[in-house]
Amino acid sequence: MSGNIVRPYGDTTGDGRIQVSFTLPVPFGTPTEKARAEGAAMQLATKMGLDPAMVVHAKGMGPDYTFFIVYGRVSHLVDLSEVEVTEREFPLLSSAEVNLRIRSNLGRKLVVVGACIGTDAHTVGIDAILNVKGHSGEKGLEYYREIRVVNLGSQVAVPDLVARADEEGADAVLVSQVVTQRDAHITNAREMSAAFDAAASEPEGSARPLLVVGGPRFDPSMAADLGVDKIFGKGTTPGEVASYLAAVLAPGRDPLDEVAPGDEAAA
Amino acid sequence: MQTRLNLDPALVREARELAAKAGQPIVEMAKTHTTVSVERAVLRLAGLQGADADGMPWVNRLVDAVRESAGLEHGVALPAWDALRSGGYPDLVTLAEAAALGRVSFRIPAGDDARAARAAADAALAVGFGRIDANRADRQRMIDQTSEPRKPWIYLIVATGDIYEDIPQAQAAAREGADVIAVIRSTGQSLLDYVPEGATREGFAGTYATQENFRLMRAALDETSRELGRYVRLTNYASGLCMPEIASLAGLQRLDMMLNDCMYGIIFRDINPRRTFIDQRFSRQIHARAGIIINTGEDNYLTTADAVDAAHTVVVSQLMNEFFGKEAGLADSQLGLGHAFEINPAVPDSFLLELAHAQLVRELFPDAPLKYMPPTKHMTGNVFAGYLLDAFFNLCGVMTDQSILLIGMMTEGIHTPFLSDRDLALENVRYVRDAAGRLGDSFVPAPGGFIEQRAKHVLNESIGLLHRINDEGLLNAIAEGTFGITRRPADGGRGLDGVIKRADGYFNPASEILERPERAGPGDSGSIAASEVGAAKIGASR
Repeated sequence: MSGNIVRPYGDTTGDGRIQVSFTLPVPFGTPTEKARAEGAAMQLATKMGLDPAMVVHAKGMGPDYTFFIVYGRVSHLVDLSEVEVTEREFPLLSSAEVNLRIRSNLGRKLVVVGACIGTDAHTVGIDAILNVKGHSGEKGLEYYREIRVVNLGSQVAVPDLVARADEEGADAVLVSQVVTQRDAHITNAREMSAAFDAAASEPEGSARPLLVVGGPRFDPSMAADLGVDKIFGKGTTPGEVASYLAAVLAPGRDPLDEVAPGDEAAA
Repeated sequence: MQTRLNLDPALVREARELAAKAGQPIVEMAKTHTTVSVERAVLRLAGLQGADADGMPWVNRLVDAVRESAGLEHGVALPAWDALRSGGYPDLVTLAEAAALGRVSFRIPAGDDARAARAAADAALAVGFGRIDANRADRQRMIDQTSEPRKPWIYLIVATGDIYEDIPQAQAAAREGADVIAVIRSTGQSLLDYVPEGATREGFAGTYATQENFRLMRAALDETSRELGRYVRLTNYASGLCMPEIASLAGLQRLDMMLNDCMYGIIFRDINPRRTFIDQRFSRQIHARAGIIINTGEDNYLTTADAVDAAHTVVVSQLMNEFFGKEAGLADSQLGLGHAFEINPAVPDSFLLELAHAQLVRELFPDAPLKYMPPTKHMTGNVFAGYLLDAFFNLCGVMTDQSILLIGMMTEGIHTPFLSDRDLALENVRYVRDAAGRLGDSFVPAPGGFIEQRAKHVLNESIGLLHRINDEGLLNAIAEGTFGITRRPADGGRGLDGVIKRADGYFNPASEILERPERAGPGDSGSIAASEVGAAKIGASR
């Protein structure tokens, strides 16, 4: 087996052992029902490629449903050479480095306007990125001396966001979306980018700010599709966002980098 | 309840006095102002229901029309019942229809006309309050006929967006052990300046709070309560721009608990602070009358602020909620003050810190049905670790005698819970309750030890913050981001245009009934609330 081919690891290399749990809408009352339910779980496990499969736990939930935990062996091979990874296209900087970069390369404070748009009232995500408190031990963007943060909060209407971004002279607009029912996060993000495009194309319109969306259910590779510049997924820290903003909005020679003057490609 | 933390009673008294002092100017403001939603609630309590062809409720139409032609400084009741009498309209709906078409010119009546309008309004409101009082008695009758669940009550959320899907889910959850069902509202509802009408099947991450949805769910849970021989409570959310109306609908449809925080809307929904405080006072008066337990939202602060650093902001907010609640007539047994298990599990001694905070709250509010919220912020997607964290939350809850436990889901932050997630969560809490439910009896933190020291430290920090709030004024403290870090200026946020200063001669027939010193009404007395929850306490006593 080449180094690029792997299998799930249970307790021995190559044993292919995995665990799954699921619910089937079948009763688990009488002995016959129980046997039928376990058989149904085995059938699903087998169709999923678990062979041999073992139903280690089955429990009736109310009269109509049964919950299963299944262990089994999969024969599938994982080819690591076929895995596509989106590498981070910007260097991760400390807050001091971000401040220095903005000061040296932009020469003024970087303005960030943040909001939850549409009906989404979940400000946890945007607050975790913007509030001083931050998260995962990293302070939020309000903590950065060279970043001016305007946090509009929740349920901001797109036209209000566009107007406010213009008024504040926003370099970047950060939008977080947690609610995903009926793909509201996708619809809202598209509506937002379209509104900013429209505003920028007006004769008097100012340049479109950098549009960044974030939320646990976004696919980071969909930026172009949504018409935004960048998507941050689950687990993004304020430091990553700040580093990205500095890389894109304050490009130029890294002030900490003594080498390669004039080389701006890295930004 | 015996004290386990050796708190200095003088300090506890000082904290309460400071909270009262900070809250008093807000009460004065609430007493001298009204809002469009308070006035709409008056009409709802008088029985005005339904909406126009666009779905805009008649209460909105009528209040808007009165505001336009006569102003709301005297309240909606005087001009509305005056027009009803003098115009010969058979009922409020007919009046609202005519008003919406611009066919009614409202005035502020004087003399005999005013007296007649008042009498008519009083009679109409007496019907609504009669129903609220009867519902309260019905609740007690249902509890007597079934039984009062033991504490802690297990609180579960349903949120499909479709009331007809919610009902079987709620009934299933009750059969699996839930004592309290909360129907989460559609996420946009708090910022709607009207209450939608009818049974609804479309919502975003929740189901609209409507009078009909309330009625349908309460009826279904009555059926399930009888089936199980255990009274299953129903909860919804009296928050947002229509807080007073939702509170009124809850009283009219016998909901049992309502989320109703004094500051949540300001901080998390950016609703104007003045609007919120005026609306919450009226809504709490209704809840007090209806025997509804309120749930406050302090747990939310810890989702944005750090649960260790901001522990004292929770206590301060609870003291404020207690002051505002009691001022509005709520009994201790109706104060479901909130807090949460949100300390980063990577912090050393995090469980000891949680125990200290939970026990502190228990001892500060010995007679309040405290609502304890499970971890959300540090639920990482590792569902196995999350299940363990939820078990520790449950353990802390039973050790410190919390009254209402919202059940944590190991898939918190991943998706709306699977059926199996909910089942596993109930298995978790049942195990902890059965295995360690009496552990609280033996839980006495070492005198002078870490837990006692930590609790005292948080109490001292709370007093420090209360001093600061008194120096600055509560509205300024909120403006500066004292709670939940979010900054909310007193004249910012939504809904300020719906705030109206009362004129001399302002008349609100609901407030007059609510603020009458001794309450009328068959079978109603202040002791019902106490006996309702008191019975549960005795049932669960060790």
